[in-house]
Amino acid sequence: MTPLIEAIDLTKDYALPASWLGRRGPRRLRAVDGVDFAIAPGRTLALVGESGSGKSTVARLLVGLETPTRGSVRLDSVNVAGTGASRIPRGRMQMVFQDPYASLNPRWTVGEIVAEPLRELGLLRGAAAVDARVAELLAAVQLAAGDAERWPHQFSGGQRQRISIARALATEPSFLVCDEPTSALDVSVQAQVLNLVKDLQRRRGLTCLLISHNLAVVHHMSDRVGVMLAGRIVEMADRRDLFTRPAHPYTRALLDAVPDVRRARSSRDPLPGDAPGPLDAPAGCAFRLRCPHADARCATERPPLLEVRGTAVACHAVHEGRL
Amino acid sequence: MAEPLLQVQDLRVEFPARRGPRVAVDAVSFDIAPGEVLGVVGESGAGKSVTGAAVIGLLDAPGRITAGRILFDGRRIDDLPRAELRRLRGRQIGSIFQDPLTALNPLFTVGDQIVETMRAHLPLGRREARQRAIDLLAATGVPSAAQRFDQYPHQFSGGMRQRVVIALALAGEPRLVVADEPTTALDVSTQAQVLAVLRRLCRDHGTAVMLITHDLGVVAETCGRVAVMYAGRLVEIGPVAEVLDAPAHPYTRGLLDAVPTLAGERERLPQIEGTMPAPDALPAGCAFHPRCPRRMARCSVERPPLLAAGERRVACWLHVPEGPA
Repeated sequence: MTPLIEAIDLTKDYALPASWLGRRGPRRLRAVDGVDFAIAPGRTLALVGESGSGKSTVARLLVGLETPTRGSVRLDSVNVAGTGASRIPRGRMQMVFQDPYASLNPRWTVGEIVAEPLRELGLLRGAAAVDARVAELLAAVQLAAGDAERWPHQFSGGQRQRISIARALATEPSFLVCDEPTSALDVSVQAQVLNLVKDLQRRRGLTCLLISHNLAVVHHMSDRVGVMLAGRIVEMADRRDLFTRPAHPYTRALLDAVPDVRRARSSRDPLPGDAPGPLDAPAGCAFRLRCPHADARCATERPPLLEVRGTAVACHAVHEGRL
Repeated sequence: MAEPLLQVQDLRVEFPARRGPRVAVDAVSFDIAPGEVLGVVGESGAGKSVTGAAVIGLLDAPGRITAGRILFDGRRIDDLPRAELRRLRGRQIGSIFQDPLTALNPLFTVGDQIVETMRAHLPLGRREARQRAIDLLAATGVPSAAQRFDQYPHQFSGGMRQRVVIALALAGEPRLVVADEPTTALDVSTQAQVLAVLRRLCRDHGTAVMLITHDLGVVAETCGRVAVMYAGRLVEIGPVAEVLDAPAHPYTRGLLDAVPTLAGERERLPQIEGTMPAPDALPAGCAFHPRCPRRMARCSVERPPLLAAGERRVACWLHVPEGPA
């Protein structure tokens, strides 16, 4: 099937200011480094990773909030990256942000917030048509039509996140990016929001990119999963494969570290050290300093992402059959 | 069972407000024995952090304890004068908060901060304190502790900073540690390391820990017993294995079901409808009844008491056979 959206060799550099004494000159930080993926229509790809892995930058590149340094984003085979949001076909991509307290304007009513994309893109004419559409959108996220008159502060975190979702759906996007949509929410409310996103996705045939650090949420929501480390994808597989037989040692360690209510208390040894960010990743494989399987090759040569038994994995040990 | 180190009895905490006091914590009772980790779980606003703050005597003004008692090692501590409470805190009771940056002074090296805390509470010379601080940093999993002793907080990553905070909390060799969401700001692999450190300290030193968290997975991995709070009250408390395997209170059941897990396939997550009521808008009877799938007529009228059921205690009319308790 032709993918709805593709990222090809997506790369993003940020310039860092030169150090005060100017001894080192300007440096650059490569937040995202040669990321490739494709998402088929109606499917969900999840990107997981720890802080500094570059997953949120990928999300921002995809919707045009950032311009890639290199590479492209194709929506229906048309390159839309490079010139900001203006080249993205109007309203076809939308985003739901992490913090439902920061992403809604406190001085606007809920109705104004949800109607904004409609007005901005001139999709509907006449106040009555806009009001009717807002009511329909609020109903879709299980809020009352009367809530349009109320203000964001009158809603709980979960309700606010539903308002963000209604706003994102206003332009009938075909592609929705959710960046940590429930990490600011309590568990009972998280379940409400996750169920809602799943229902909407099924009913509207939405294609989704889910960014999350929570592996359990990813397990519940996605069809395919990419694991990011220091700006690169180190493993990409169908969800079931990734969770039942993770290939990359980093993926294994991550899965092992998740505290789970349905798993017995374990005395396993946690992975030593911290996940490297883009500035302190070592040469060669970014994971090698924490990896029990690293050898001399891992220190010099960066492993490419290669297909091994249906899973794309960037690990010399796996490629060589050592693991 | 060992003599409890901490006893909280019928604790009630109120925050005065214009329209009458808001009751943040009501009729909460529990014990923690030496070497035991008690998990306190609940959603935002359930009163778990306020309970922790009451135990360490650091309630945010204007909040105050209006009923009940807190005993430490058999001695009442909720009515101690400020100076005495200060001495107790740090020496006997350590605390760890969610954000490691706010707990450390950016102007002093990590080592100086630990040594200062140690010498405030223990009769130690400079050199001796330095050595103990380095040992303590190493024990909490800070690599090359002797070098890092002379570094400043900004030179540490988030996970390393949280270890320094743990070392700081343990500097006075406290017998009880109150840890409020100690790993919430950390990545999963770092969280696993920090929890392993906490578990080891408990085991090796017999430190009692009150671990406040919203994460049931963390409780399953770390705690021996768990207390579940809802709207300022305890709804269930008991051994982790029992409570998580066979929750007795419908709220505990609902919370557990709502958590996505790595095991099993579910199309939808069972959700608890609605949200937790605010402390000034509590319904009559059981605070959970408007959201409860198993509510009965009695639940909206009478508040269920926390009654013993085997090794646990549950506040739910489902578990009271007949008549008034």
